[in-house]
Amino acid sequence: MSAKNPYANVVSLSEEDFSAARVLFRHDKLIANYAWDSGIAIGYFLAGLKAGQILGSYCAKCRKTVVPPRIVCEWCFRPMQRFVKLSDSGTVNTFSICYVTWDVRRISEPEIPAVIEIDGASEGNGILHKLGEIDPQEVHIGMRVQAVWKPPEERCGSITDILYFRKV
Amino acid sequence: MKYRKVAVVGAGMTQFVRRAKETPPELAFKAVRAALDSCDLTFADIDAVCLGTAPDSFDGIHMNGEYLSNGAAAFRKPYMRSYVGGGTGVFVPIQGWYHVASGLFDTVLVVAEEKMSSYYPHAQAAFLTIFDHTIERPLKPNLLWIFALEMNRYMTTYGISKADVARVSVLHKRNAADHPCALLGDPHITVEDVLQSETLAWPVQRLDVSPVSDGAVAIILAAEHVARRITDKPVWIEGVGWCLDTAYWTNRDLAYPRYVEVAAKMAYEMAGIKEPRKEIHIAEPYDPFDYKALHHLEGLQLAERGRAIELYLNGDAERTGNLPICPSGGLLGVGNPIAAAGLMKVAELFWQLRGEAGQRQVPGNPQRGIAQAWGDLMQVGTVIILGR
Repeated sequence: MSAKNPYANVVSLSEEDFSAARVLFRHDKLIANYAWDSGIAIGYFLAGLKAGQILGSYCAKCRKTVVPPRIVCEWCFRPMQRFVKLSDSGTVNTFSICYVTWDVRRISEPEIPAVIEIDGASEGNGILHKLGEIDPQEVHIGMRVQAVWKPPEERCGSITDILYFRKV
Repeated sequence: MKYRKVAVVGAGMTQFVRRAKETPPELAFKAVRAALDSCDLTFADIDAVCLGTAPDSFDGIHMNGEYLSNGAAAFRKPYMRSYVGGGTGVFVPIQGWYHVASGLFDTVLVVAEEKMSSYYPHAQAAFLTIFDHTIERPLKPNLLWIFALEMNRYMTTYGISKADVARVSVLHKRNAADHPCALLGDPHITVEDVLQSETLAWPVQRLDVSPVSDGAVAIILAAEHVARRITDKPVWIEGVGWCLDTAYWTNRDLAYPRYVEVAAKMAYEMAGIKEPRKEIHIAEPYDPFDYKALHHLEGLQLAERGRAIELYLNGDAERTGNLPICPSGGLLGVGNPIAAAGLMKVAELFWQLRGEAGQRQVPGNPQRGIAQAWGDLMQVGTVIILGR
């Protein structure tokens, strides 16, 4: 060891120090409300979802079809001007079986988030969504799935217009 | 040589704890003071300051760099904050390196601080804004999802078992038992403990994950002519690299971190390293989750794809092995105050290469080590190589 100790102690607190008010603190909330514009590419994507379609974008130079769609090809930096209709089926690239919420509370019915490679997009192009109507133990990578849509009158141009994907 | 040589000449850190009473600037001050004292420098000797800290949302303070400036010894000095998510802790010494290598400054202080505990009810929620607001957040994701999804893809692609991945957590947490600043060191932890811990988002279980923590780390960089006056044991920065992969994470190959490969190759080329597996003696890959250490070792070209686990199974990864991995105890054991955790790895290499790592010392006079961090929406790789 060097002569001088490079490690500095700090005062370690526990949750009880707060709940029993053994330390002084201030608790407050931030106000953060936003209305996010969908933009050009995601605007098309959301309109497609409302119509019951999954749209991607195509780069004629790279011959790639990507999803979610975007207006610029990352690979060649040329504009992507063609939005193309993809299938609403795909393949599970990966999944999880999740037992906690965003604030780490337990949930009894696990959620099954997944990356789903969409048919018609170039290999490896997936989107984030959830799986449903399936026993979590039966889910596997490579499983073929299909979108389950909200009824047309309930769709509002949101990723949740797809309720989940189910096994086919 | 295109650049001036840059040495690390001092390092200091605070304990990593679940919840520190100290404010962020107070934590930064304690680490900076320890780093300055370690090499007998003062505030006046520092030409410029580079600061790393992760999202403003942890502290609920906009312009966190300014907030931290007094504790970071930045008063009336050229000062810059960088932020590349979890990659920050290894990016900020890279930033310090080019401040000195360019000839602009002779002595630069590099500080990384994180206080995750202020956010209620759990710091995890501060990360939710990394998901796309329109096409991902309506699905009510949580941060564990992306790790769980990537871990499953990695394990399934290469046929690696949960029991094998747990070996990483066990080794790192055992190593951390020898670190005086560690939050979760445990000399007796077993693979069974990891496998029986609570399942959060399968395949991620509680003991696969590093803990939310508060802490700070500082190192001091100096140009060659200054470094030789400060210490007879300078540790040189031999190579740096960084790279950003696509932000469309669901379009990326989740089984292999290409961004780490690109960053590592940049650093190896700068360092003149042709055969990393022979020329690197200590590795501190970023390990916020146990599988990530494996993933990153492969990106760093220290193992074939899908085979990093063999380093743990055959004992190479232990301190006495052929390629000691995370002798510090890593994020899994020492703790994961985001930016500070990455810089802790760089400080660990500094102490290891000087033979000052105490109980954690890797035997055999190691000559060269690599540290790496990763972050943003899982797509930035930052790499630094230190040598004697």
